[in-house]
Amino acid sequence: MSFTVRKIVITLDRSSHDFGPPKSVPLILGGICGVVSNPFAGRYVEVLEPAMKDLEPLGLQLAGELLEAMGCEPGDIEAYGKGSIIGANGELEHGALWHTPGGYGMRQILGDTRAIVPSTKKVGAVGTTIDIPLAHTNAAYVRSHFHTLPLQVPDAPRPDELVLCLAMATGSRIHARMGGLQANDILGEDGLR
Amino acid sequence: MNANIRKILVIVEETCREMDRAVNPVTRKAVAFAVVDNPCAGKFVEDLEVLMRIGAELGDLLGRRAVAALGVPPSEIESYGKAAIVGAGGELEHAAAILHPRLGKPLRSAVQQGAALIPSSKKMGGAGTSIDVPLGHKDAANVRSHFDAMEVRLHDGPRTNEILVAVAVTDSGRPLPRVGGLTHADAAGKDELR
Repeated sequence: MSFTVRKIVITLDRSSHDFGPPKSVPLILGGICGVVSNPFAGRYVEVLEPAMKDLEPLGLQLAGELLEAMGCEPGDIEAYGKGSIIGANGELEHGALWHTPGGYGMRQILGDTRAIVPSTKKVGAVGTTIDIPLAHTNAAYVRSHFHTLPLQVPDAPRPDELVLCLAMATGSRIHARMGGLQANDILGEDGLR
Repeated sequence: MNANIRKILVIVEETCREMDRAVNPVTRKAVAFAVVDNPCAGKFVEDLEVLMRIGAELGDLLGRRAVAALGVPPSEIESYGKAAIVGAGGELEHAAAILHPRLGKPLRSAVQQGAALIPSSKKMGGAGTSIDVPLGHKDAANVRSHFDAMEVRLHDGPRTNEILVAVAVTDSGRPLPRVGGLTHADAAGKDELR
């Protein structure tokens, strides 16, 4: 099944402080949105699962382009997330196709990450914003790395399109001080702690 | 009560048809959300204890309200999520203080068990800003049919010195799920993931 790319939009967010003491190295949040045609739009299609394989090259491409745009090496990335917006002629389930290939692309690029990639999805019109949740790449309970990057493409998704999103961060929230599991205390084996 | 609540809203979303197919049984999501004063707005506050206390109160209040809106016993809740929008006078970390240290425990009581991580999102915004509350299975985070989200928006909040806090629950996964992976029926719910 073919998902034709119309455009790719990259968002970079560099924060130096948020009221608190400025950081010498800014936190970088990066997001990438691939706007693609939705081959399932407009009708009910029972069998969707094989299309996940077809999206794997796009997952790999977007993960690579995002890392490059952030100016980062794989080892610099500490948190990640993903999401999808389905144009109005599609079904929520079409956005769910992104789960496996989106995660696959980032794991291929970032190495053997253990934690689940947090996600959101929704049906929306042109210009809809989606909030991409972020969490630590190797231990889902690292509290300092729960973050969110809102992403938006002003002219997408059109009704027969999908916006497929990936997000990465170079560290914790800028002034994280909520305790809990710390990134340097994780075991990084079970994906949780 | 530490939370100075201005409003509480509850929304129930039932999906009866999708792509002209009946969804049977209907899928149902509920979100309960409140706007509260942000006592730490307008300055850098090192110790955010007061917000953590508010988080505990809202986890209980909003968790119970959301479950009640679906009208099912707590054991029939299948997925959950949480989120916060901080008004422009606050700091993103204020949302973290409400959401992460203490909101989860009372929410888990409200849905019975809740072995899995509660997925979350947070952002800064003004009146009318929307936020996507991520949803994941309450006992087994890898259940693919239950990855979803619920968009929440309040026309008149959060104001500059307020925080909007949302708790969402479902008694079902996505309508017509068919991208494979672990299902609700097959989840053991013993290791938080599977």
